[in-house]
Amino acid sequence: MSAHDMEDVTSFRERARTWVRANLRSIGPTSLEGLFRNDRTEEEELAAIAREREVQRMLFDGGFAGICVPRAYGGQGLTPAHQQALNEALEGYEYPCRIQAPTLSPCVAVLLEFGTEEQKLCHLPAILKGEEIWMQLLSEPSGGSDVAGALTTAIRDGDEWVLNGSKIWTTGAWWSDWGLCLARTNWDVPKHRGLSVFILPIRQAGIEVRRIEMLNGSKEFCQEFLSEVRVPDTDRVGDVDDGWTVGTRWMFHERMLYNSPLVTHPVGTTLSLGAGSLVTLARDTGRIDDPRARELIGEARMLDIVGEHLQERIGTGVSAGRMSDQAAAVARLFKGVAAARTRTIAFELSGASGAAWTDEDGAAAGCGVDFLMRQTSCIGGGTTEMARNVISERLLGMPRETTFDRDIPFRDVPRGPGSGSTPSQAPR
Amino acid sequence: MLLDLTPDQESLRDTTARFLANNMPAGELRRLREDPAGYGDKYWRRGAELGWTSLLVSEESGGGTVSGRGLVDLTLIAYEFGRHGAPGPLVTCNVVAGALNDEATGTHREELAGLLSGDSVASWCFTEPLHKGHDLDGLALEIRTDGGDLVVDGVKRPAESAGQADHLLVTGRSAEGLTQVLVPTDAAGLSLEPMRTVDLTRRYCVARFDQVRVPARALVGEFGQAEEAVEHQLQRALVILNAESVGAMQRAFDMTLEWAFDRYSFGRPLASYQELKHRFADMKSWLEASHATSDAAASAVEEVSPDAGELVSVAKAFIGDYGAELLHDCVQMHGGIGLTFEHDLHIFLRRVIANRALFGTPAEHRQHIADIVERVERVELGEKPA
Repeated sequence: MSAHDMEDVTSFRERARTWVRANLRSIGPTSLEGLFRNDRTEEEELAAIAREREVQRMLFDGGFAGICVPRAYGGQGLTPAHQQALNEALEGYEYPCRIQAPTLSPCVAVLLEFGTEEQKLCHLPAILKGEEIWMQLLSEPSGGSDVAGALTTAIRDGDEWVLNGSKIWTTGAWWSDWGLCLARTNWDVPKHRGLSVFILPIRQAGIEVRRIEMLNGSKEFCQEFLSEVRVPDTDRVGDVDDGWTVGTRWMFHERMLYNSPLVTHPVGTTLSLGAGSLVTLARDTGRIDDPRARELIGEARMLDIVGEHLQERIGTGVSAGRMSDQAAAVARLFKGVAAARTRTIAFELSGASGAAWTDEDGAAAGCGVDFLMRQTSCIGGGTTEMARNVISERLLGMPRETTFDRDIPFRDVPRGPGSGSTPSQAPR
Repeated sequence: MLLDLTPDQESLRDTTARFLANNMPAGELRRLREDPAGYGDKYWRRGAELGWTSLLVSEESGGGTVSGRGLVDLTLIAYEFGRHGAPGPLVTCNVVAGALNDEATGTHREELAGLLSGDSVASWCFTEPLHKGHDLDGLALEIRTDGGDLVVDGVKRPAESAGQADHLLVTGRSAEGLTQVLVPTDAAGLSLEPMRTVDLTRRYCVARFDQVRVPARALVGEFGQAEEAVEHQLQRALVILNAESVGAMQRAFDMTLEWAFDRYSFGRPLASYQELKHRFADMKSWLEASHATSDAAASAVEEVSPDAGELVSVAKAFIGDYGAELLHDCVQMHGGIGLTFEHDLHIFLRRVIANRALFGTPAEHRQHIADIVERVERVELGEKPA
């Protein structure tokens, strides 16, 4: 489609508004933080996902799915400005929030960048119709931050690859359909040079999905055990042993998350505990007139607003070429630390209800459990320590940390006694 | 500082940066410590020619912007002031120039012209001894009418550059509401007592008004109707201070980063220690966040957006706390040399520390933010604002 017959943003926005009002349910201000609370039954969770698939299909039929995905793959071939207009039109309405990350970014982003034509034609339309929900098989039990140290192994067998290993921290794998998987295809070269990326269906005989119970009772995170999983070579993404090229962009798209033009993120959707809910909390615990409580509420609001403006600044800097892609780590670090601080503030405002509560305690109920989970924001999606390494080494140019896995074959890299795989067990 | 400057804005920033680099090296700043005014008249007049005092003033009145967004343009100058630890009454002259420009009657064109040329200086007398910096209700200084005159009674402190000023813009309360008057510094009953300060080149006074009598034409705006104007002045002052602090933070960070590469201990540069690398990463996140919040607040105040009051308090609270934290961390990274007068770091530390304390502390602004959040929440719940 040439630029001049593209629908202009203003008329698109009007059309989106009308369609959203006519077709979707109004749900008011949305907070995504409830996603990780343990307050839904399995049936409720599955019903929510079924509805999200339905909404995704409605968006597809209405011409609002995959705004920035080319039309050849079922998308709309429009611009980030159109996506922003859709985000505005969706303010206060239901939307398929579980299908955004990681399905649209990073998975769709990676397929668009590295996938074969066949892979794109096969999966992108299905994703945009809500038929395929994707997840990332990236982290492993042996190492969270050291992604390139993956032990999951793929061995070539004719036109197929045979995968064995384990992946972990996959959100919602138990209701997902497909996965993007980083695996080791060569143990005899340094770690970054022996990786390849594959795509595979989650629900198959060789994959056991085990739900992990977190300390707050949530079972959204999963671990997968892959045994003798056969993947056709046509389902490889990127070149053999060049998986780190794919992986680097993969993790960039992961960090982009809500800034990615592929992701729908209705205006007004908050990721964190808003200051408004802290006001309610302080009121429910009788602390609203305490100047110390008010200072804490002000601090939380300050961190929230500053974090948003920082994210915008980094977005502007990266897209204008004034900052490197790695600058995303600055926002990641800030938001992780700020969210943990806000969680502490909420606990502080809960008083004794933070330790023991009843259903009558209003907003204070459950704050103690949330506080137990405080470090989530500094761990998930790459730890804040890794972000600090990226900032100091990649942005500020400081010397890299000493490692003992560079320029030696991966099978010779020292591994801890509890790592589950020792060099002697590695395939030869 | 903004990442996407227009070429004209870039030129405005660059001209001031070069002027300050040439005329205000650190040695000169140290020398000015002993100077009663903290800067020279010629320096200030040349700065005025570069646009330092004209950006909040309309073209008809002799001012003008470079981008159509005068306050945003001014943040570029303020940023360079911070980066160079520059002397001169930037905040106070601009706040007064903006106020005189906004006055519908145009009564004080002559005084405004003096500020534009740099021939005269004015000081905004707002803060009081027992007063929280952002609180418009807590002012004690009284302005009343007496016959055809106005009488000012009370104390203001700290009043920036009041000792160098020709006029003081005094904000006080009256039975009818907030009122502002422009008082010449030779008025009978006015006494100015110099204060000591953490900054090398800034100068502050205690301004005592003992039944100071001025003619009716000294009134700025309408009697008892100044609240909106004062709120706007306060927001502008905060925007300028914040941008200046961000400039000082940037400079201190850059200096300390360079030091981390140059300084070796145990045979390796400081920059190679992970503990220090991680602290630099934290500082970098505070620094970029400070740029972001400072710019967002400047833009909101420029556009008189409904959330300007909140954003400006957010920026002041954040930059106040994290700016001071960053500077002290820079001192820590330098070790003992960072605490000496010989090293340049304290020039920027002083500026950030002074700005942190002016026009509301971070804690006061955090409480102010909570007031706003609560008000907004009540409105959303359909209750009447308290």
